[in-house]
Amino acid sequence: MKNSLGRFVSEDFRPFVASDAYTNKERIKIPEKKTTNVDKMISSLREVFDRLNITDGMTLSFHHHLRDGDRVLNLVAAEIKRRNLKNMVLAPSSIFPCHSSLVELIENKNVVQIYTNYVNGAVADAISQGKLEKPLVMMTHGGRPQAIESGYLKIDVAFIACPNADSEGNGNGFAGPNACGSLGYSISDMLYADKKVVVTDHLVSKVSKREIKSEYIDYVLQVDSIGDAQKIVSGTTKITKDPIGLMIAKEAARFLDSAGYIQNGFSMQTGAGGTSLAVAHFVKEIMMKNNIKASFASGGITGYFTSMLAEGLVDRLFDVQSFDLEAVKSIGKNKNHIAISASEYANPYDDNIVNKLDFVILGATEVDLDFNVNVTTSSLGNIIGGSGGHADTAHGAKLTMIVTPLIKSRIPIVKEKVTTITTPGSDVDVIVTERGIAINPLRKDLIEKMKSSNMDIVSIEELLQRAHRITGIPTKIQFSKDIVGVVMYRDGTIIDTIYRK
Amino acid sequence: MRRSCLFIPSSNPGMLQSADIYPFDAVIFDLEDAVTMSEKESARELLKNFLSIADLKQKEIMIRINSLDNDLAMLDLDDIVSDEIDTIMLPKARVSDIVYLDKVLRQIEEKKQMTKKINIVPIIELASSLLEVERIAAEKRVNGILLGAEDLTSDMEVSRTEEGTEIFYPRARIAMACKAFKIDAIDTPYTNVNNLEGLEKDSLVAKELGFNAKACIHPNQIDVINRIFSPTEKEILRAQKIVAAYEQEKKGAFSLDGKMIDKPIIERSLKIIAKAKKIGLL
Repeated sequence: MKNSLGRFVSEDFRPFVASDAYTNKERIKIPEKKTTNVDKMISSLREVFDRLNITDGMTLSFHHHLRDGDRVLNLVAAEIKRRNLKNMVLAPSSIFPCHSSLVELIENKNVVQIYTNYVNGAVADAISQGKLEKPLVMMTHGGRPQAIESGYLKIDVAFIACPNADSEGNGNGFAGPNACGSLGYSISDMLYADKKVVVTDHLVSKVSKREIKSEYIDYVLQVDSIGDAQKIVSGTTKITKDPIGLMIAKEAARFLDSAGYIQNGFSMQTGAGGTSLAVAHFVKEIMMKNNIKASFASGGITGYFTSMLAEGLVDRLFDVQSFDLEAVKSIGKNKNHIAISASEYANPYDDNIVNKLDFVILGATEVDLDFNVNVTTSSLGNIIGGSGGHADTAHGAKLTMIVTPLIKSRIPIVKEKVTTITTPGSDVDVIVTERGIAINPLRKDLIEKMKSSNMDIVSIEELLQRAHRITGIPTKIQFSKDIVGVVMYRDGTIIDTIYRK
Repeated sequence: MRRSCLFIPSSNPGMLQSADIYPFDAVIFDLEDAVTMSEKESARELLKNFLSIADLKQKEIMIRINSLDNDLAMLDLDDIVSDEIDTIMLPKARVSDIVYLDKVLRQIEEKKQMTKKINIVPIIELASSLLEVERIAAEKRVNGILLGAEDLTSDMEVSRTEEGTEIFYPRARIAMACKAFKIDAIDTPYTNVNNLEGLEKDSLVAKELGFNAKACIHPNQIDVINRIFSPTEKEILRAQKIVAAYEQEKKGAFSLDGKMIDKPIIERSLKIIAKAKKIGLL
């Protein structure tokens, strides 16, 4: 069958209807799972597997706060391999290049299915090549907690990497050699997984500021190292120096100002990505010039935002994920730098932060004439990322702005049709490129408001023409009909299908 | 009108492709120092093809050719001079070079039946050139002069410094010559592309000495240069007030806010307003 955007959806799933279709449905919550276990310290991962009787076909979950420095998923993968468990299902909130050890497990059918919000590196390549037995399910940061609390994604055992923990199972990400800040993505796992194991390399006598709560935790495992927190910082969390990126960012900030979004008490989020962060920089300049203060910034938090908090330019930071070590330092110390769960951040059924955003700045791999955005696959069809919070924030924010070069490596970013839809065009308002700005025709108010500006505002069709005048019209890529994954919208419906290269 | 003049190496296809998006007043496609000897021919070919399709939205197109003391300069001129460009930037320029270049350009313009007359912007990067800068500025095709501080200080055997003390005299002399002949004085590039504060200071020094433009080597430098070499909001408001008062008073000299206003101040105000209009500030 086809969904409302004309994309194929296999019979095993529900098709996407509209981004606000969830408003007609009731929130479903399974009961929280508290522990009765008292003696929680456990000596080894082997013992965890034995005591919890982890067997073939079980679902194990993980969070990705240590990003490319995570070791816990790899430790568990090694134990799965050692025991030669089969048909395992993994549900990490994201997968990074450091998790390449999973490829062998996928090839040997130890792991046959994966639910995640973002995947790149060797695992993404293996899945793109059709090596995963069952389709990859690409969720969103808000969709994952919704799927867990509703019981759709049933987790047998959650392994929670915890940089700072006590023997009762209380923990946080604020201290320890591998402090990584907020542990927001693991909260739903903690509440609803059948069994929960805290894995730490920094055991203290008592944790007072609790992100992870002992009443939910069955076991505490101390290991030499849960990873390398230095690697939570990636190139995408620094402001770009690229002149084209800076130019786009400057135009984006000018647009926001002209459209009246930078007012006292406004709220904002910028995605990870040098250009998105550069927009924050230019927004800050406008704020300082006009003596404007923001009420909050949210999402993945970087040092840039913690400086703004320290300078009094923003009242609060809602941090679901700390993107660099400056953010990690700030979160444990500043009471207005607040760790939130993924559900509080973006679960469509929760009283979430994304719905309170005035604007969000996001990137794109592709944008099409209907303003649909792809951040899941490359134009060649390789899986290279995923929604993360893209679709969530695009739906929640009053203004969703995509900042992207019109052409990357000689490939136009604006297409007639995107390869994969991650975020529906109905939730995308403006595309800002170095060669013009396009406003979604659905936003008549914005088009009217910007009429008097001297900015280069054109139709999305004109942007496509401008790209083609430079690159020519690219030949269409033919994909196999073999399905390797699905893109699950935040309400659990399928917005698109991913095919083998 | 020139404020910012961006150098782009002609051997870099990616940078050529992006040239149309930056807010410079003039672009200098470089065939000289930014292009290695082994790439000279391919860069010239690439630039020629690029110019045949590029749409640089009425911005001035300058080409820095190789210096006239080698054969490459003539190959550059034969290939590149056309109605698609505006200006030839000539390295290590002496008066005799300009006279010769004028002759060559005249021949090419006739041969190619061009509608445009190509301008020349000489680069002062030899001590001997500086000593004849007034004669260079007087040459007909010359409508601007660029200070090339790196080569000039090398010729002088002195070090380049952040403060620029060593180029104070060349700057002052070039600016004076340019003002005397009513042509553009273009300051040398600031080479630390990561230091925009340093660029701002350096540009202000040049502006105070009489330069009206500055060359740059990175697109991120353009905004600072455009800002420094544009009239400020305060200057424009003051100029408007002076001109309005002059139109009302109809006198050669009068008092405004307790200060005497006379002909030079009125003329300067008119220049500021004209400049502001030209760059879209009014």
